[in-house]
Amino acid sequence: MNYTPHTEEDIKKMLKSIGVSCVEELFDVIPQELRAQSFELPESMSEQGVSKEIERLLSLNGSGIRNFAGGGFYDHYIPSAVDFLSSRSEFYTPYTPYQSECSQGTLQALYEYQSAICRLTGMDVSNASVYDGGTAAAEAVLMALNITRNRRKIIIDSGVNPLYREIIHTYTENLNIEIVEVDSINYRADRKKLKGLTDKDTAAVLLQNPNFFGAVDDYTDIVAAAAENGALSILLFYPVSLGVLKTPGEMGFDIAAGEGQSLGIPLSFGGPYLGILAACKKYLRKLPGRIAGAAQDSNGRRGYVLSMQAREQHIRREKATSNICTNQNLMALRALLYMVLTGKSGFVNVSKKNLMAAAKLKETIAALKTEIEIPFYGPVYNEFVIKLPVDARAAVKKMLQQKILAGVPLGDFYPGRQNELLVCATESSSDEDFKLYTDALENLLKL
Amino acid sequence: MEKFYTKNHEWIKIKAGAGVIGISSYAAQQLGDITFIELPQTGYVAGKDDFLCEAESVKAASDIYSPVSGEVIDVNKRLQDSPQLINTSPEDEGWIATVKLKDPEEIKNLLSEKEYKEYIKTLGQ
Amino acid sequence: MKLIFQKSVKSRKGVDITGALQGGTEKLPEAKYLRHSPAELPEVSELEAVRHYVGLSRQNFSVDTNFYPLGSCTMKYNPKILEKAASADAFTGLHPILGFYSCESCAGALEVLYRMQEFLSEITGMHSTSLQPMAGAHGELAGMLMVRKYHRKKRNNKKFIIVPDESHGTNPASAAMAGYGVVTIPTGPDGLLDIDILREKLSGETAAVILTCPNTVGKFDPRIKQISSLARSRDALMYYDGANMNAIMGKVRPGDLGFDIVHLNLHKTFATPHGGGGPGAGPVGVTKELSEYLPYPRVVKDEDDGFALSFDRKKSIGRIAPFYGNFSVILKAFIYIVLLGKEGLKDASEKAVLNANYIMKNLNASFNNPYPGHCMHECVFSASEPGMAMNIAKYLIDNNIHPPTVYFPLIVKEALMIEPTETESLQTLDNFIDLMRKASELMKKDPQRLQDSPVSMPVGRLDEVSAARQPDVNFTS
Repeated sequence: MNYTPHTEEDIKKMLKSIGVSCVEELFDVIPQELRAQSFELPESMSEQGVSKEIERLLSLNGSGIRNFAGGGFYDHYIPSAVDFLSSRSEFYTPYTPYQSECSQGTLQALYEYQSAICRLTGMDVSNASVYDGGTAAAEAVLMALNITRNRRKIIIDSGVNPLYREIIHTYTENLNIEIVEVDSINYRADRKKLKGLTDKDTAAVLLQNPNFFGAVDDYTDIVAAAAENGALSILLFYPVSLGVLKTPGEMGFDIAAGEGQSLGIPLSFGGPYLGILAACKKYLRKLPGRIAGAAQDSNGRRGYVLSMQAREQHIRREKATSNICTNQNLMALRALLYMVLTGKSGFVNVSKKNLMAAAKLKETIAALKTEIEIPFYGPVYNEFVIKLPVDARAAVKKMLQQKILAGVPLGDFYPGRQNELLVCATESSSDEDFKLYTDALENLLKL
Repeated sequence: MEKFYTKNHEWIKIKAGAGVIGISSYAAQQLGDITFIELPQTGYVAGKDDFLCEAESVKAASDIYSPVSGEVIDVNKRLQDSPQLINTSPEDEGWIATVKLKDPEEIKNLLSEKEYKEYIKTLGQ
Repeated sequence: MKLIFQKSVKSRKGVDITGALQGGTEKLPEAKYLRHSPAELPEVSELEAVRHYVGLSRQNFSVDTNFYPLGSCTMKYNPKILEKAASADAFTGLHPILGFYSCESCAGALEVLYRMQEFLSEITGMHSTSLQPMAGAHGELAGMLMVRKYHRKKRNNKKFIIVPDESHGTNPASAAMAGYGVVTIPTGPDGLLDIDILREKLSGETAAVILTCPNTVGKFDPRIKQISSLARSRDALMYYDGANMNAIMGKVRPGDLGFDIVHLNLHKTFATPHGGGGPGAGPVGVTKELSEYLPYPRVVKDEDDGFALSFDRKKSIGRIAPFYGNFSVILKAFIYIVLLGKEGLKDASEKAVLNANYIMKNLNASFNNPYPGHCMHECVFSASEPGMAMNIAKYLIDNNIHPPTVYFPLIVKEALMIEPTETESLQTLDNFIDLMRKASELMKKDPQRLQDSPVSMPVGRLDEVSAARQPDVNFTS
């Protein structure tokens, strides 16, 4: 199968027009000694053949696995209209809307996305998105370093998603800065230590709410302490929780970053996801990435453009705010559609249902006659930690045999916590799921 | 008052013992419509030809350098809301910053207005 | 069009996901943890939302609706069967963390990733490939971080990355993110890197040379091996920006030319939909010597010929994405390669080059061509007069064609950068050529007509200057 429409007649006509005798002649500029030494790929296939190959690959994945793992990536219900609308060719197959007159659909959707993110987070401005939550966190850190100029220290609470902390390390390794990670105590940020470490050399303090253990907090005091030292504060947030939880804006954060996967984007084995990045107004021109803005034409009609492009790499090159050259446009559209379709009250309901689901599963597990401990009884959202009498990783592997993904073992990310398991429930978990889960847990611990 | 210029197209004039800095009409025209200028902070100490601040237009971003060594003691706050002053009045209302000169002798090495005009003639356009 | 927020009516409901929440079971945390009032999201019915967004979609040009010869972006057709694979529940429902505990449960996904690593290594002539980077610029960043690792291990004191002046803006920006300075080399009158200046600027402090080949003016540099050995003599690595890979599949492999690191843009060369500007995918391939620095985790084959994840991070630059990259984009590109096979990929490059040369030849008489002679997959013209490239772009919009890339590369005044891709027919190209010739005549006879374009779109030219001076990026009323 190929997708080139050229007939023999077309090719002849084109070659004649160009003035060469064969297509290969157009490649004559490439000397023979530079030609490919190998190109061993499979033979071409028919569309039907490929369709069968796809079926085969699909059948290799485990099916019907009930999911109780989160870790920042969640199994949420997606309204049908999200798929339907985002699949429209006119949204699916254009490129970056640099030519604004023929891209008003994408541009207005981005403006609406930015506005919806501001409403959700309580921040003043949002960009048009970056790759994912982890790179949004890394970009937020770079942004803080850029704003505070000569400050070199970044303080990170260990309740921040460990995968994201690793990405931040990767991004900043060569920038001559110091990253100080502060261990959380009893599943919450060690506020005393965080505040004590914040000084005149601190560019930013990075926190997460709910944190990796699902614990909910109010960081207003830590934000204030950072500000007193002239340091910025960055919050990693979880969008669905903001149906009910205090917003980064309300806590006074300078920058808010988050993974937008929970807003109508499937898990898809790791991506594509959506990096949300928002800030308070005075940092608008330091925000990296694309930003859509309103503009007028000469007849006074309102339209939208990619605005303030002088911040970006295609103009500023090595002095740009970031090397990012794209946004996760289609994912931002999905997130917008999710927020619009659920709407003001529906979004709150989804948010509450998630909170209630986790609380219910936690209570059910606590009521089991097993040696499982619930180490944290403060408020949690979507996720919580349980302490097993056995190795959590081994437990997850065993429960997978019964087609249950039991959670995220903490020992992989927090050495010494081998028996702890991070368990997640969402609005799509049913009572039947809970029963299967607790039965399986009980069985496991009986053996 | 006498103005002095650099080959980077900044100007400076001495007023009440301090140096007022801006960019030349020629530079303003080359940059096109200025959309934003990130002003230096007062107290910022720049060496001669050091980075002072940057200006943005729709399709370009340019660094502006300090013609002399000194400390920034005042900035033109009107530019925050009206960066277009740099286009409409680059060598007067569109001034950027005032610096306390570290070494007034440095002025002597800059171009006079006449020399600068000769210089830009060599640049074409 | 009105904003969705302006269509909101108090208490109107959209999609019901949860059903009624049972009262009394709400166990909300205490008030200090809660938001003050609900987010002001729109209150519209599903139908109103559908009409609004279908209406917006119709204000876009797209590959499925319009010819889209956007230079350097490879806007080829996106076969619809790619979507079939990516939208299957067995992939969309797969939690990425499953791979950490049970490779058997995601064996189909891991097979796709493993075979894709192998495919891309073979296509580029590199030893191994990581699929983690989520876009081309992200691949560049991973590449620059590996350059750092390499020189650190060798205790080289390197400070600069060399890029040509025609390069993509991401190249110097990625170098800066890895803490390097940038040295720019001019392009000679032949459209190729000025090799004498390169020789002069290459020093013991040069960490790497980033090249796009063919470059952004559509020229293949036959001296590329000479450039590689020059770099090697200073222990500088060679980085291949794969944005233009669509010109040379099966013809040339960066690995055979002496490149050490390559990134590809799956959304360009391998036909995954651009989505209005993302998601993409920017896998990065390296030589054997650099392979231990690739991002982790990587997909490997285990002893029983099954697929597994390697979490060996000792020498790796670390994680650059949370899991394995933009999986569903990688999956689509994988299916594309399986469909076309080796002959199909070669054919794609040949037809891409044929189409570009046909356009170039037929527009040579109408526009100034700064770099005559055959081109590869794209050609660059200059509209010469100030503002004219933009005017022509807007004229094309009125004629239902998406404009070429304009004002890039920066070294060509009033640049029009045209990349037709291989999936366009002779009739489409002829129509484009015809319109471009008309535009060139209008430049002389009736420039005002061009200046007034576009007139058929929902808005005319928008005032970007005022938009940038007084930014309105969030609807607040």
